[in-house]
Amino acid sequence: MRWAKIIAVILIILVGGYFAFEPILNNINLGLDLQGGVHVVLLAEKPEGGKITKQDMQQLKAVMTERVDELGVAEPVIQIEGERRLIIELPGVKDPEKAVDIIGRTAYLEFKTYDGRTILTGSDLSDAKGVINPTTNEPIIDLQLNERGTKVFAKTTSELVKKYREGDPRRVISIYLDGKMLTSPFVKDVISNGRAQISGGFKDYDEAANLAALLRAGALPVNVKVVEKRTVGPILGADSLVKSKRAVFYGFLLVMLYMLFFYRVPGLVAGFSLLVYGLLILGVLAAINATLTLPGIAGFLLSIGMAVDANVVIYERIKEEIRSGKTLRASVEAGFKRSLLTVMDANITNLLAAAVLFKFGTGPVRGFAVTLSIGVLASLFTAIVLTRYILRELTVKDLINNPKLFGFGL
Amino acid sequence: MDFVGKWKIWFAISLLAIIPGLIIFGIKGLNYGIDFAGGNILELQFENKVSTGQVRNVLKDFGLEKNPIQSAGENRIIIRTPSLSEEKSREIIDAFEKEFGKMNILRNERVDAVIGREITYKGILALVISSLLILLYMSYRFEFNFAAAGVIALLHDVLFVLAFTAIFQLEVDSSFIAVVLTIIGYSINDTIVVFDRIRENLRIQKKKDLSLLVNESIKQTMTRTLNTAGATCLTLVALILFGGETTKVFATLLLVGTVAGTYSTIFIASPLWIIFKTTREKRGKIQAQKA
Repeated sequence: MRWAKIIAVILIILVGGYFAFEPILNNINLGLDLQGGVHVVLLAEKPEGGKITKQDMQQLKAVMTERVDELGVAEPVIQIEGERRLIIELPGVKDPEKAVDIIGRTAYLEFKTYDGRTILTGSDLSDAKGVINPTTNEPIIDLQLNERGTKVFAKTTSELVKKYREGDPRRVISIYLDGKMLTSPFVKDVISNGRAQISGGFKDYDEAANLAALLRAGALPVNVKVVEKRTVGPILGADSLVKSKRAVFYGFLLVMLYMLFFYRVPGLVAGFSLLVYGLLILGVLAAINATLTLPGIAGFLLSIGMAVDANVVIYERIKEEIRSGKTLRASVEAGFKRSLLTVMDANITNLLAAAVLFKFGTGPVRGFAVTLSIGVLASLFTAIVLTRYILRELTVKDLINNPKLFGFGL
Repeated sequence: MDFVGKWKIWFAISLLAIIPGLIIFGIKGLNYGIDFAGGNILELQFENKVSTGQVRNVLKDFGLEKNPIQSAGENRIIIRTPSLSEEKSREIIDAFEKEFGKMNILRNERVDAVIGREITYKGILALVISSLLILLYMSYRFEFNFAAAGVIALLHDVLFVLAFTAIFQLEVDSSFIAVVLTIIGYSINDTIVVFDRIRENLRIQKKKDLSLLVNESIKQTMTRTLNTAGATCLTLVALILFGGETTKVFATLLLVGTVAGTYSTIFIASPLWIIFKTTREKRGKIQAQKA
């Protein structure tokens, strides 16, 4: 019966952990490098070299948000960085190349008359739709102008119809996208319903539909340049995830065997603490909605080393106390007490380094800093609270009194 | 083993590894990846058999055939080029698809040189700030001599990794900063446990000869130093063996850093502390005599 309590505690944790594992894992956001996706940094520029205002950036962000919505990404991240940069992250997007294409387009639509006068722009649209023209079987875009646009369009077309005879090359309205002419149809009649069409030049329906989506979202208020682009295909992401899982599994296994060999019973306890430690980290990552990246997994594995260190420092101290002639029980108490400050000092410096890394790192490197920090804190908790509790229960109640079981003499 | 008395030997071993590396670093520099230098990486997986020669042929049409083309197993090819515009990148991909049939774009990364400069600048800043923070924290918790010895030991580890990277021309990307800062964290963590023991022994045995006391402290903490290093190395070896290409260089550098950190903890940090302590005390005495 003396063992009942401690075995109960361990069992509860193990069973709870076993059942919590899958749900926790499914709740962790995976970074682009683990599920595929796009990371793009845009730099806003004005053609005349003018200053980019806060409002420009807000507007840019709003347009991008709409465009990204059209892509149907579950959890996009769009954030303004500094004065002129916009970071866009699209995890899990199926066709990363297409996404970059859509993000990078300015999509500035203009209606111009023969003499180059711009009469309407993309902001005069109320809707755009990609359709297949039933008579020609050609992909086209149906445009619907808003109230103002409809009025201007009606006025201009009636002017053209009055001014030029049928067949006159000046009786046209050309549609330009980003300065390139898409189509230049003749004006047959006055158009008062605000409807127009872009035809010609589309490879397939998808291309027309994509452009229509861009037009719906509106043109960018400024020019953008893609200064950083990283696309990871879903295949590479899945591959990295499988390999990382394997590395974590074997890393854990090796360290546990190592501890068991050198420290026997405490080694087993440390191994158990490590499992709890792993669960704790995953749980915290899921709880704070952090994103797990490839370097993040490396940080996680590395922090196992740190977690082991706390245990090792304590166990070595306990061994020393045993050597100095104390009973096992007294040694465990003294060992924990005397190594507490050492462990704290050693780990706080680690946290300092991780904090700096978080401040100055970018993207995945930040993920690494986060997991490393959580790792250090979790390792302090498991080593100081959990390991201590179990070892105390084992020794204070005299369940174990043979120093050899503490790896003494190795 | 006499850790303190033979310090000249231990320091010489370190310098023997570091100095040639730094010379190569000075001449050849590092093998900077696109994160620092700017440029384009395209990784493709073809469904048909495709050789690097065939890929080079296609790139000829774009005047890019002189760039490194690397085979990464099972019809996987990695192409590194200077920064490509979006249009050009798409044209190249289309050309590949036309020539070789179905393929998967595993990775298409482009970083402009502006971003690269920023990452470099931030990395150096991070190194300096974290070193200063650690110096401050250790001066507060221990004393300045310990702090200075600890920081020099960690710079030793960073230089060692830098030398290793330069000698083997391993590709350096933005995760290199993470490597360096992690090594800093590990190194100082490792050193502090020994310093902590020296401090404790100083309190207990006040009159003892410093070298003897330090040697003893190192021996007392030796098992811990080695076991921690062993466990950490095991996780890194698992990462190198099972973790896939992307993290291999990262894990290798961390492994090198861990080994350097363990070495400096045993052979560099504590002897340095004695040197600092005795010279400062001597200087103090001389000044006291003058006054």
